[in-house]
Amino acid sequence: MKKESNKAIEVRELTKRFGDVTAVDHISFGIRKREIFGFLGPNGAGKTTTIRMLTGLITPDSGDVQIDGVDIRKNPIKAKMKIGVIPEMGNIYVDLTAKQNIILAGKFYGIARGELENRADALLAKFGLLERADDPVKTFSKGMKQQVNIASAIVHSPELLFLDEPTAGLDVQSQRMIKTIIREMNQRGTTIFLTTHNIEEANVLCDRVGIINNGEIAAVDTPEGLKRTFEETQSVKISFDTPVDVSEIEESRLVIRKEKLGDKWRLYTDNPDKLVKYLAQFAQDNNLIFTTMEICGASLEDAFVKLTEDK
Amino acid sequence: MPLRNFNRQFFRGIAVVTEKNIRLYYTKPPVIIFGFLFPLFMFLAFYLGKEVDFHVFFPGLLAMFLFFIASSVGPLITPWEKQAGTYERLLSFPVSITTIILGDSAAGMIFGIMINVVVLAVGLITLNYCLNIMILCLGMLLGAFCFSSLGVALASPSVQNPSYVMMFSSLIRFPLIFISGIFIPLEDLHGLGRILCYFSPITYLVDIFNFSLRGQSNIALIVDFAALFIFSLTFVYLANRSHKRNLMRGL
Ligand SMILES: Nc1ncnc2c1ncn2[C@@H]1O[C@H](COP(=O)(O)OP(=O)(O)O)[C@@H](O)[C@H]1O
Ligand SMILES: [Mg+2]
Repeated sequence: MKKESNKAIEVRELTKRFGDVTAVDHISFGIRKREIFGFLGPNGAGKTTTIRMLTGLITPDSGDVQIDGVDIRKNPIKAKMKIGVIPEMGNIYVDLTAKQNIILAGKFYGIARGELENRADALLAKFGLLERADDPVKTFSKGMKQQVNIASAIVHSPELLFLDEPTAGLDVQSQRMIKTIIREMNQRGTTIFLTTHNIEEANVLCDRVGIINNGEIAAVDTPEGLKRTFEETQSVKISFDTPVDVSEIEESRLVIRKEKLGDKWRLYTDNPDKLVKYLAQFAQDNNLIFTTMEICGASLEDAFVKLTEDK
Repeated sequence: MPLRNFNRQFFRGIAVVTEKNIRLYYTKPPVIIFGFLFPLFMFLAFYLGKEVDFHVFFPGLLAMFLFFIASSVGPLITPWEKQAGTYERLLSFPVSITTIILGDSAAGMIFGIMINVVVLAVGLITLNYCLNIMILCLGMLLGAFCFSSLGVALASPSVQNPSYVMMFSSLIRFPLIFISGIFIPLEDLHGLGRILCYFSPITYLVDIFNFSLRGQSNIALIVDFAALFIFSLTFVYLANRSHKRNLMRGL
């Protein structure tokens, strides 16, 4: 009866309006199991509204959402049992201690008391918060609060974790800690859906990225794929220990255009791999030593800017 | 059994929300002031220095305390949670709005009963009643739930601002006290007063307390219980509707 789907989330034609504003406009996408999917977009793009619809907090005007094959509108409790959510503004209870917060969360999922104690201790240890376990969260730094927030969202080992701008406003250490936790969770099999307006974060963390702008999805691809779509040509930056005449390299017909950058050359090409191999041979034949050798793609930022430009 | 699982999750949710509320909100100053000190001062203002037959007035007093205490937490929980940013987090757990409303109601109900039992004990010690404990307990349970769900229903119209909610809820709660049969026994009420009193749920609880403590009542017991039950359902329904409608406000 039950069909095993390889999709963790399936979204069709999802739409939400607030008065005249269409916050999310007929978006459709699928998220594979065990991937880290990033929703990247500028402020006001519709990221939070999307996550709120995916997690059953607000009802869409139209469209549907399947969480691991369960319709979030028809069966919200069952769908919510499978997921963990760290909302953008969502706070934990600051009057409770770190441990009490985690235990409170666990109780909602029906985890037995003894087991819950163990899990809470394990999570606190993992986040390095064991010593502060019994302190009220209001005495914690922002980064520590976010760690407790994550700990209480994963106490029931969800298959799917939603994080809305998880690193926004945190210091670099906390950001790194949270990225590490996200990668670890993912390696142990959790599907991750996160939103961010930070391009570099999407680049280093996500298997695939969806770019959202004005409530519409502009593109969905791997970070590398997105970059590739937007480079008409890529380039290879080189310099050798002795100056060379690059016109000989140009004869290879691999170079479309050349550009001198100080003591380096930037050679534009549509096949950087072939050009690099050619250059290696060239260096060997001419007894040259590389002092610079770099393949430059367009950045995710280029892709992002182009995709979110007002048309 | 999906249905059984659903039920278990539903009741578990209510229990966890209730426990959270008790732990976090019973000792907050507005709850103490509006729930406990307020009815105490009101009682002192009305009865002090007057020749009152406490034997007659105690049942009404008991109902008034229950009303104030049980309905004091409910209006504030959701506004507080929205202000603190914990409401969205709470909704991400496997609970529905209804679960949260019933958990909020249960918290007010338990708070009301706890303090009401103390007030009752004082009454039973100082006044000589022959008690119908069964009817009294049932009345207290249903009355407490009815009043606390009214409190929860009052939470939503203006969810962003707790102090505004407090004012608004008093605006509704005080008239319900005045039109009920607390200050004037039902048999002495005539005309409009007599009609209005049936619109206050407190009237029916006073009647139940009168019956179970003094053996006297003006309304049939079955009507009292039915009225409290219908009021409760209405309040839960209204709470549900306005919490859903105001879900995004102040989030
Ligand atoms: N509760 C709401 N009421 C009215 N407008 C809203 C509400 N939530 C979001 N919006 C609007 O919807 C758009 C998308 O917002 P949001 O999803 O929060 O974007 P993001 O998270 O990408 O910054 C914005 O124009 C925002 O002003
Ligand atoms: Mg947002």
